[in-house]
Amino acid sequence: MILESQIPGGPLAEKWDKHKFDVKLVNPANKRKYDIIVVGTGLAGASAAASFGELGYNVKAFCFQDSPRRAHSIAAQGGINAAKNYQNDGDSVFRLFYDTIKGGDYRAREANVYRLAQVSVNIIDQCVAQGVPFAREYGGLLANRSFGGAQVSRTFYARGQTGQQLLLGAYSALNRQIAYGKVKMYPRTEMLDLVMVDGKARGIVVRNLITGKIESHSAHAVVLATGGYGNVFYLSTNAMGSNATAAWRAYKKGALFANPCFTQIHPTCIPVSGDYQSKLTLMSESLRNDGRVWVPKTVEIAQRLRKGEITVNDIKEEDRDYYLERKYPAFGNLVPRDVASRNAKLVCDEGRGVGASGLAVYLDFADAIRRDGQPAIAAKYGNLFEMYQKITDENPYERPMRIYPAVHYTMGGLWVDYNLMTNVPGLYAAGEANFSDHGANRLGASALMQGLADGYFVLPYTIGDYLAKMPYDKVPVDHPAFVEAEQNVISINNKLLSINGNRTVDDFHKALGHIMWEYCGMARNAEGLQIAKQEIRKLRDEFWRDVKVVGVNEELNITLEKANRVADFLELGELMVDDALNRNESCGGHFREEYQTPENEALRDDENFAYVAAWEFTGVGNEPVLHKEELEFENVKLTQRSYK
Amino acid sequence: MAGSNPNAKPMDLTLKVWRQKDRNSAGQMVTYPVKGISPDMSFLEMMDVLNEDLLRKGEDPIAFDHDCREGICGMCSLYINGRPHGPERGTTTCQLHMRHFKDGDTITIEPWRAAAFPVHKDLVVDRSAFDRIQQAGGYVSVNTGGVPDANAIPIPKSIADKAFDAATCIGCGACVAACKNASAMLFVSAKVSQLAMLPQGQTERKTRVENMVAQMDIEGFGSCTNTGACAAECPVGISLENIDMLRREFIYAKATSESL
Repeated sequence: MILESQIPGGPLAEKWDKHKFDVKLVNPANKRKYDIIVVGTGLAGASAAASFGELGYNVKAFCFQDSPRRAHSIAAQGGINAAKNYQNDGDSVFRLFYDTIKGGDYRAREANVYRLAQVSVNIIDQCVAQGVPFAREYGGLLANRSFGGAQVSRTFYARGQTGQQLLLGAYSALNRQIAYGKVKMYPRTEMLDLVMVDGKARGIVVRNLITGKIESHSAHAVVLATGGYGNVFYLSTNAMGSNATAAWRAYKKGALFANPCFTQIHPTCIPVSGDYQSKLTLMSESLRNDGRVWVPKTVEIAQRLRKGEITVNDIKEEDRDYYLERKYPAFGNLVPRDVASRNAKLVCDEGRGVGASGLAVYLDFADAIRRDGQPAIAAKYGNLFEMYQKITDENPYERPMRIYPAVHYTMGGLWVDYNLMTNVPGLYAAGEANFSDHGANRLGASALMQGLADGYFVLPYTIGDYLAKMPYDKVPVDHPAFVEAEQNVISINNKLLSINGNRTVDDFHKALGHIMWEYCGMARNAEGLQIAKQEIRKLRDEFWRDVKVVGVNEELNITLEKANRVADFLELGELMVDDALNRNESCGGHFREEYQTPENEALRDDENFAYVAAWEFTGVGNEPVLHKEELEFENVKLTQRSYK
Repeated sequence: MAGSNPNAKPMDLTLKVWRQKDRNSAGQMVTYPVKGISPDMSFLEMMDVLNEDLLRKGEDPIAFDHDCREGICGMCSLYINGRPHGPERGTTTCQLHMRHFKDGDTITIEPWRAAAFPVHKDLVVDRSAFDRIQQAGGYVSVNTGGVPDANAIPIPKSIADKAFDAATCIGCGACVAACKNASAMLFVSAKVSQLAMLPQGQTERKTRVENMVAQMDIEGFGSCTNTGACAAECPVGISLENIDMLRREFIYAKATSESL
């Protein structure tokens, strides 16, 4: 198999415009003859479904939540990047492109990232036109703030609820199309298989989560906007329902999965407090604009603190180590996420961590409150401070927050070409579900940008190019391919329901999460990854022997839903380990302990690993086949990433 | 453990939970004892503990809606001791922590109660009526592309901030559950006022309020009698001022309606 990235020729800055002219168009009157399925209604899915509807296509949209407005994009806090240069501080499309490529540690495609930076400016215009209430200055114009990995202020925000406001904007556009009858919405419906006819994606099989009914839906193209797979770690900042099942079942039908080991560990999350913990809560990166990260200078002070002999406010200024400011004077507390996370782990490994467990560092607002006053800080971060207090019962205005890294985002995902089409014709992947734009590390405020770029401004152009070559004929849902896929789904469900073992689904999920965090988390090494592979296989065998799923298919069955998702995580976890083992270098969120500089920074190997690793399924328990897409850099020079 | 109160003792509690097989079956309260609950657990983590116990015994776990567990998605619900989202003001159930309960407490847990929110199962209700109200007009009719530059529409900060306050509604339905009439006025008014305040919302200002209110009535929500229970229980603090604004908008729209 040869991976065709379909990157247009010509100079970087002209590729997208040229491509938009070169793609085939579907006549407005013919668009109504095509059906498109969109799975997932987060930023990417809702914006795509709404935009397709506006163009005139017939759209069916699916989400597992009770309403499209619940998708986990809603929880994004900090902001959305755009190269507007409203602050006159030297930003440009090229600078956003450059920061994103560099932030991704040179493991993303230049052409995709440049396009992302180009359309970023349109996203802000679109959202404002929808009535999204971004933060504004007193003069009535839009406000910006800074985020990690950038030296300009290009992040637009809506207090600490940017994702919510952007998603409600996309949801409103979607609602308008639902009201017009151009989009048919299927909430509480989960995709469980992809249907292929003559080698093309032609539909999906879903389960109605209320009645359990297994149903088929046919279309001319299928878009997966189903988010990331961070919940493979059990504990993450993802929503409880976030899962990889749609993407994974597409992988098992032949779609390639790219760079699965590229996972982002977010540096500022509320630390774990007990075994019962069900999820981790992020404290937005925007807090690092004003919060200073530190730990005690010596292990001895940290020990006394953990024992409760002293409190944080007893530690003198000269006994505090603001380690990010010390090591990275140019970027300080605003280094990219992978760098901040790894350094938090380093100081905790040295024994200088705080909190009862020693697995936390301080994020301190005392200086900012002294400088700007508490009301100014409350206006910027009030809801985050409240959330912190609710969870920890501590007041962050009076004592520093305790934070620790947690799994947050997955840069890997289904392999897609420049058109966001997977290697399966007619199957597209958008937003976090694809691998395309963030390389080995995503910069803050870029996920919202990418989700909306894909849905509003990329797919509406590229999907027409494919559909224009497709006949109008619809595949009936009694076609053998649909019947076979339905049978496959039913037999998996029956199997899960019939095992009647002794261990709960959550039990297995926690065990998997433990393996992944231990061996495939913030730091990895070949030996540990080998252990992880064996342990995952063992756990997976045990799952299929001993899992306990109660009830029947024909009802609202929360255990059966979870069992399907965890079954897929148990396979995906192994692929992540395979990918991490294959990549004998450190880059971005993938830190292999064997490959580091004397200063403990990631040591890339551009000679041998400047490629996208796209994996092909060959059967559960079999070794997947690696396909490489070489990354070509014509516009940026590959250098050791430095934030010093 | 990193919680604030590491010495707080685990609690034993008695839960009385609404169990209902499906939409068409009758339901009933069922009593479950739970033991060893840490005060640092969230309410839903306490429910997880109970569900794991039930599963191990081969019993059907209690179905409840939840997703982000960060207080923003609006999916969690639960009527706890007679109050939507429980005893803490300005808090969703997922952000409610067990430190607000005492050892030995009995806690009553019911689904949202409203004719327009039928029960799917146990504590899970159907809130699709809210989506249909939004579909009736909760948007600005702009297609993707072809919009002016974002800074071409300056909006005074005070207005932008007020519109933002209204826009933070998470659509959870606590306002309906809190209201003795099961009225959806607070929910509807939040979107109507957000868009009525902003310049982008002016073109459709009148039809929006007319259509959204009409849909609200079709869905079977009750009338608003100004008790203010909705705003008192709203986990994100949507203000009653929005209902005032909705009334003004509605009267103005009807008095000057172009669709007469």
